[in-house]
Amino acid sequence: MNEELVSEHRREYEATQKTIVGFWVYLMTDCVLFASLFAVYAVLHGNTFGGPSGRDLFHLPYVLVETFALLTSSFTCGLAMLAAQRKAKNEVLFWLFVTFCLGALFLGLELHEFANMVHDGNSWRRSGFLSSYFTLVGTHGTHITFGLLWMAVLGVYVAKRGITESIRKRLTLFSLFWHFLDVIWIFIFTVVYLFGSRGV
Amino acid sequence: MSNRPRVSEHNEHSLTYGKYVGGFLGSIFLTLCAYWIAVHGRGGLGMLEVSLAVLAVVQFILQMVLFLHIGEEHGPRWKLAAAGFMLGIILILVGGSVWIMNNLNTRMTPQQMNQYLRSQDNL
Repeated sequence: MNEELVSEHRREYEATQKTIVGFWVYLMTDCVLFASLFAVYAVLHGNTFGGPSGRDLFHLPYVLVETFALLTSSFTCGLAMLAAQRKAKNEVLFWLFVTFCLGALFLGLELHEFANMVHDGNSWRRSGFLSSYFTLVGTHGTHITFGLLWMAVLGVYVAKRGITESIRKRLTLFSLFWHFLDVIWIFIFTVVYLFGSRGV
Repeated sequence: MSNRPRVSEHNEHSLTYGKYVGGFLGSIFLTLCAYWIAVHGRGGLGMLEVSLAVLAVVQFILQMVLFLHIGEEHGPRWKLAAAGFMLGIILILVGGSVWIMNNLNTRMTPQQMNQYLRSQDNL
């Protein structure tokens, strides 16, 4: 009886591990997508076609606030995972909510920045530099948007069904996705904004 | 057999509060360092770019280990293998593109390219 229970656990554990590895492979292919866009940006970032360069456009303190919003949301997502491990439903909901708010703040700041640039006539149609900038940063923003959607669905699930084994698996996959997006942002922050502000 | 640790405990022993706090504080520190260097730093000979890139890579490794728990799996390390393969692809893709395009720009500036294209039109 006990042995059966253990092997049952073992099977469940292995199935979960397989799912996690499969999702991890998706994340790695997503890395290749971002790498291509970084390559495009690296090649085109000097082609401003007489328009503004990163130095004229980027406002670093603003981007630093964006960065901290996303970094903190990555941290609170981890706290939600720790709460899920203890099966503390309300704590999970609380940290997911905080993560969602910070993610939404990040997205709002980014869209505000985009809107300002477009309003000033510096849209993706202005130059090769701006095309590659909007594609790279916009693709990251699109991922964040879908992450927020995913988080909202998970929140409803947790509220309705509590912390079951299957929901813990979903939370694990989501946390991988969310941490991964913060990892990508490190490079956007460094390559696009910090290098850009120095006119590199 | 019955003494074996329960698998679900085995599964999550690596998730600890300390790792997340450490990753968070470390990332804040590295981000602020990079920010300070970009705003106030004045290094010659590409020192600035190199130090910013190093800070980014350190933060990348920090978050991969402490947030994404890479390298903590047991048995065949599929996640680590996939990540290594991904890094190889990225190096070839980004490094190769930048290398080739810089080379092309050095050998033929965009102005020369325009002249060349115009001369082809005349033919």
